[in-house]
Amino acid sequence: MKRYTALWFCHLLTDSLAIRLPELKGKAFVLAAPERGRMVIQAVSPEALTIGIRVKMVLADARALHPALQVFDFEPERAESLLSELAEWFLRYTPVSVIDLPDGLLLDVSGCTHLWKGEESYLKTIVCRLEKRGYQVRAAMADTIAAAWAVSRFGRPGDIVAHRGQLEALLSLPPAALRLESNVAGRMQKLGLTRIGDFIGMPRSMLRRRFGQSLLERIDQALGRSAEHLEPVVPTAEYRERLPCLEPLRTRKAIEMALEKLLEGLTEQLLHGSAGLRKAVFRCYRIDGKIREIAIGTGRPSREKLHLFRLFSEKIGSIAPGLGIELFTLEAPVVEPLNAAQEKLWNDGGAHQCAEIGKLLDRIAGRVGSDAIHRYLPDEHHWPERSIKEASSLDEQPSTVWPKTAPRPVYILPIPEPITVTAPVPDYPPMVFIYKGKVHQVKKADGPERIEREWWLETGLQRDYYRVEDENGARYWLFRSGHYENGDAPEWFIHGFFA
Amino acid sequence: METAMKKKSKIAELRAMILEAEGFTVNSGTDWPLKDMGVMEQAFPAGIFPLGAIHEFISNDTEQASASAGFIACLIGRLMQQKGPCLWVSLGKRLFPPSLSAFGVAPDRVFFVNLSQEKDALWVIEEALKCPSIAAVVGEIHDLDLTASRRLQLAVEQSHVTGFLHRYRPRRMNNMGCVARWNVKPMSSIVSGRLPGIGHPLWHVELQKIRNGKPGSWQMGWKEDTFFYEEQPLGVTDNVYGRTGTS
Repeated sequence: MKRYTALWFCHLLTDSLAIRLPELKGKAFVLAAPERGRMVIQAVSPEALTIGIRVKMVLADARALHPALQVFDFEPERAESLLSELAEWFLRYTPVSVIDLPDGLLLDVSGCTHLWKGEESYLKTIVCRLEKRGYQVRAAMADTIAAAWAVSRFGRPGDIVAHRGQLEALLSLPPAALRLESNVAGRMQKLGLTRIGDFIGMPRSMLRRRFGQSLLERIDQALGRSAEHLEPVVPTAEYRERLPCLEPLRTRKAIEMALEKLLEGLTEQLLHGSAGLRKAVFRCYRIDGKIREIAIGTGRPSREKLHLFRLFSEKIGSIAPGLGIELFTLEAPVVEPLNAAQEKLWNDGGAHQCAEIGKLLDRIAGRVGSDAIHRYLPDEHHWPERSIKEASSLDEQPSTVWPKTAPRPVYILPIPEPITVTAPVPDYPPMVFIYKGKVHQVKKADGPERIEREWWLETGLQRDYYRVEDENGARYWLFRSGHYENGDAPEWFIHGFFA
Repeated sequence: METAMKKKSKIAELRAMILEAEGFTVNSGTDWPLKDMGVMEQAFPAGIFPLGAIHEFISNDTEQASASAGFIACLIGRLMQQKGPCLWVSLGKRLFPPSLSAFGVAPDRVFFVNLSQEKDALWVIEEALKCPSIAAVVGEIHDLDLTASRRLQLAVEQSHVTGFLHRYRPRRMNNMGCVARWNVKPMSSIVSGRLPGIGHPLWHVELQKIRNGKPGSWQMGWKEDTFFYEEQPLGVTDNVYGRTGTS
């Protein structure tokens, strides 16, 4: 059984301004914006409403009525940002909360209310919490989104429509409660159809002819004959667990216990789905409305509780509990299929060894970041800088063999550094070279090994590499960039150090 | 004569017991001893390269560092063939992976962890040394105090992973709780006959300290997947240009 709650913030913008500026509380003020060359009132505080000021009034008229009226700028995007903030805050009451512009929220509360001992106390808690924050709000609950919306706007405040009771609840409400387009609602007014009960029993073909298909759709949605979907603000992960607490928690031990409990549930879920998580996010919702989260990643899909717990435990220290945490959630936004039989034999050590190394790398990545860990595979390029590529996963195997023909230096300079040389022409190795102010006498040399630039990737001079050994026995990798041409001496560089 | 023989075997037995008590489980069954190390083996306790221990290498310049890295690569290559992948933790300097294949290491089985903080590097080295599925951990760092090195030694005594700490330009030559201290310097390579070119890598390997062993130094190199030794001191050969006729 689906249950939905609709919330209506009667004075969303003025309430939020009064929260920001407490001295405005209980005073008449309006928000105005220029419209066709005049200032027009866009939002009215409850006190201004009582003295007869309405939305869409021209500001000059309102000032004439009430000279002490305070005026603030109306920001058109403000409502949306406020609502999305509130919608995120509502995640502690339900996993699915949706913004309903201009001034409402829709919550899917199916299966949530029993945690607050019933629907009535659930609604009461929500309304109380919001009122404490300073928002005037009207809430209603029903089987369908449309019915809850209608009752929250036009019914008695705090109304709960019983299961399958939408029709009776709607009968006495005005047609506008069906979220009709303004011209349809106006036509109904003209025809004297002031309550939904007046026309809901009419034949459908007649209603369609006179008011269009949209009215029938709205009626169907309200009565639950056709489905209406909510697109939640925070997309819910397929694998997630939540743990509300009766008392706010503050200690590390308590957070660890909550995490352990959530991990137990999540790993169970993953086992049923034959999946393993690659990423997990642990969120703590504090009572002051702030959210603290820590995330971990794994190198290969995992659903091992102990391992995941160890990864998280490195980071638990960074959670500031503040005044206390009232809700924990754990979700796995990235999962990959993981079958018990799928464990690949990455090396002779077998699956167990592979899993152990995967865990070690996860721990390292958790501490120093996964971009610090590299594994390289050969790439089919001769150009030294491009001869390796990074492995994308733990299981990736080299697609070609490692070239063994020409020796390569142990250390390589990220950018070849220029050196001064004395070298016989045309293509002999240098006799002497100076690197970092030190003179090296070349005693032995090998080469040249010409490496052409890959013209399909970049243009430039080719390199002629020489391995040279100096008088101390140290071995270097030098290259000459280009030929001797037109009497120009080509540049020489040092690129690496051999063992 | 017989009593002398008996005495000798008894002493050897007692030595083995002492070694075991000191944390050298030479043939515990989980380790595969490094064989074919040649004359160098005589320097090691019980004639076997100490595995499941921390070895320290010291280099003061890039030339020496690359010689040490080559020598370490030869050692881990053999360990990796028997046990599994290896972790190469480094600060600053970056190894060029394709070079490893010349020393019998499959470069794609080495995980490189590149860090900037020494504190992080030590944490990663310690964590990796605790993981028994790793064949060896190479840590290229600068400084290490005695306490930290003791921690690492304790970690390997549990897991039997071999650690190679390569200290590049250490600020202090302090004592460490390592089993061995090595110093590797490059040496002029040998070419047979009057051929031009550079021969196989050759190093002057000095074992400065070894617990329960005899320190020594060797002139050794790496050729066709095995170590080789050079007995006679090598003089610098004549200039390469003398051979090619261009001088």
